[in-house]
Amino acid sequence: MPGQPLIRTENLAKVYRTGKVEVRALCGVDLEVGRGEYVVLMGPSGSGKSTLMHLLGCLDTPTSGHYWLDDRDITTLDEVELARFRNRQVGFVFQSFNLLPRLSARANVTLPMVYAGVKPRERALRARELLEQVGLADRADHRPNELSGGEMQRVALARALANRPSLILADEPTGNLDTRTSEEIMTLLDNFARQGNTIIIVTHDPEVAAHAGRVVRLRDGRIEDDDRPPSASRDARTAVKP
Amino acid sequence: MTFWDLLKLSLATFRTHRMRSFLTALGIIIGVMTVIAIVALIQGMNFEVERQISTLGSNTIYVQKVAWGMGQIDFDELAGRPDLGLADAEALGRLRSLAHVAPQRSRNVNRITHRGEKVTSVGLVGATPAVVHTVNYRVETGRFINTDDSLRKRAVCVVGPYIVDNLFPEVNPVGRKLTIEGRRFTIIGVLEAKGSFLGQSQDNIIIVPLSTFDKYFPEPRSRRERIFGGITIGAVPRPGVTVEQAIDDMRELMRRRHGLGYDKPDDFAINTQDTLRELYQNITRVAFIVMIAVAGISLLVGGIGIMNIMLVAVAERTREIGLRKALGATNRDVLWQFLLEAVLLAVVGGAIGILLGLGIAKLAEALAHLKAAAPFWTILLGFGFSAGVGIFFGIYPASRAARLNPIDALRYE
Repeated sequence: MPGQPLIRTENLAKVYRTGKVEVRALCGVDLEVGRGEYVVLMGPSGSGKSTLMHLLGCLDTPTSGHYWLDDRDITTLDEVELARFRNRQVGFVFQSFNLLPRLSARANVTLPMVYAGVKPRERALRARELLEQVGLADRADHRPNELSGGEMQRVALARALANRPSLILADEPTGNLDTRTSEEIMTLLDNFARQGNTIIIVTHDPEVAAHAGRVVRLRDGRIEDDDRPPSASRDARTAVKP
Repeated sequence: MTFWDLLKLSLATFRTHRMRSFLTALGIIIGVMTVIAIVALIQGMNFEVERQISTLGSNTIYVQKVAWGMGQIDFDELAGRPDLGLADAEALGRLRSLAHVAPQRSRNVNRITHRGEKVTSVGLVGATPAVVHTVNYRVETGRFINTDDSLRKRAVCVVGPYIVDNLFPEVNPVGRKLTIEGRRFTIIGVLEAKGSFLGQSQDNIIIVPLSTFDKYFPEPRSRRERIFGGITIGAVPRPGVTVEQAIDDMRELMRRRHGLGYDKPDDFAINTQDTLRELYQNITRVAFIVMIAVAGISLLVGGIGIMNIMLVAVAERTREIGLRKALGATNRDVLWQFLLEAVLLAVVGGAIGILLGLGIAKLAEALAHLKAAAPFWTILLGFGFSAGVGIFFGIYPASRAARLNPIDALRYE
């Protein structure tokens, strides 16, 4: 449905309870992200951006409110369906890369396809294609401890794309990298965006934010500021791919 | 996620934790090894004992004062029983259902000498010629005792190979003399070697005519001999008569001869090969129970070891679990991953245990000349039990892994 946004939340709220203490991490977030949009989520720590990210990534369910991803109301999904959504619809990139240390780069990239039930032959082809895309075709058999930080994050990027998800969620993707490698990673993300992927990055770094077409600022669990460039208003795809 | 993917995953874990996996599986290895080895040995012993029991004379029925067996013995009751005598044997000999009846008497004798050489602790048997039909004695050289020897109470004897080996190692003993507790006997024959029965040599034996025995060694020497003394009457049913029918006839006759009312218990015993078999089975039953207990305990300990190590693995790999869930693993995928790991650990341990157990059985076969055999069901049982232990003790850690919240797991340091 081209007219519909990929992501739509309505009064999304999350409350954590630890004993008697209640923490309102998110209190009523309305957010829409169109297909192909390149968005940065910013905000001080405790602003709720990680919580929002977990909800958007189907890792968690909200206390109240609704979240539609690709026109499915996530709040109605059970555990198995949520896992399936994480598997097919979302590609995660983490600050600390989160590669499995015992597996080669290729096997790490293959992992989401294993859970998707992709046939081994197809997995191998797709993994090679993805590693080529991030410039690591020659490092496919290396284990994470034989790779540099930038290389590890590139493997993670390739893994995020494995099942051709409709949404890429990156949590401080350059947080553990030096300036030069950060630039490399951002260039790759920019490429992904240009190819029509929807990307949401959580970051503190204004330089990273400068790459995105739209910056959403959170504070105290609410959207404080949604800096939406006029061209990216309703149908984002026309804006990003003129 | 296919089974093959899961299997590769579990095997990879063993490769990274070789020592740990081996130590964890050790309990299972020992448990299964014990079961297989002991079952194989008991089977071997069964085979051997069955072979030995059948050498007794396959359908011979023995009438005696005391039943074969173990357990509580009421000496006073036994002392009150009448001794069996030759008249009983004669009466039994008139039964139509019996083909052969052979009374015999035996005692342990200690001084058997020949020209200064001496053997001790020999079974002295007083028998009639018919004993060859009830006990499978076979003469190798010379002859067996005959009716003439019995009637004349001749001081002649047939000796077992043990006596020959010890007193007449170089010469043919037939025709030579030996002294049994001061009485001189002439050797008329040598028995074929029979081997041992339940650990006792059957070749350490001297057979004399029963009449001679009674003439030379009449007095019971101890309370024990008084109680267990009297004659043993061996009987073989006529062809076409079953052992059970023969026993019924014999019991009826004996009860009548002893004047027992219908409400009185037998004051004699009828023993057969089956009595021995039962006796033996009672012994092995105990061994079986002990084995099951030992194996059960070590499987339990092994299972606890597996549970322990799987809980460690779940804790160690919390982040991995979180990541796998973020990438699309369902709770069930994670459950299977850890459950399969536990089961594989147990089953591989079980397989090693089976191999070791079979090895021990083979070793015992070579050392103790037992025909040890592990039947196929024990191998299946070994596998089944180890898999069961893996599932039972693996399910809790695996379900703990499966229930982990992906966000908490990802944040876990």
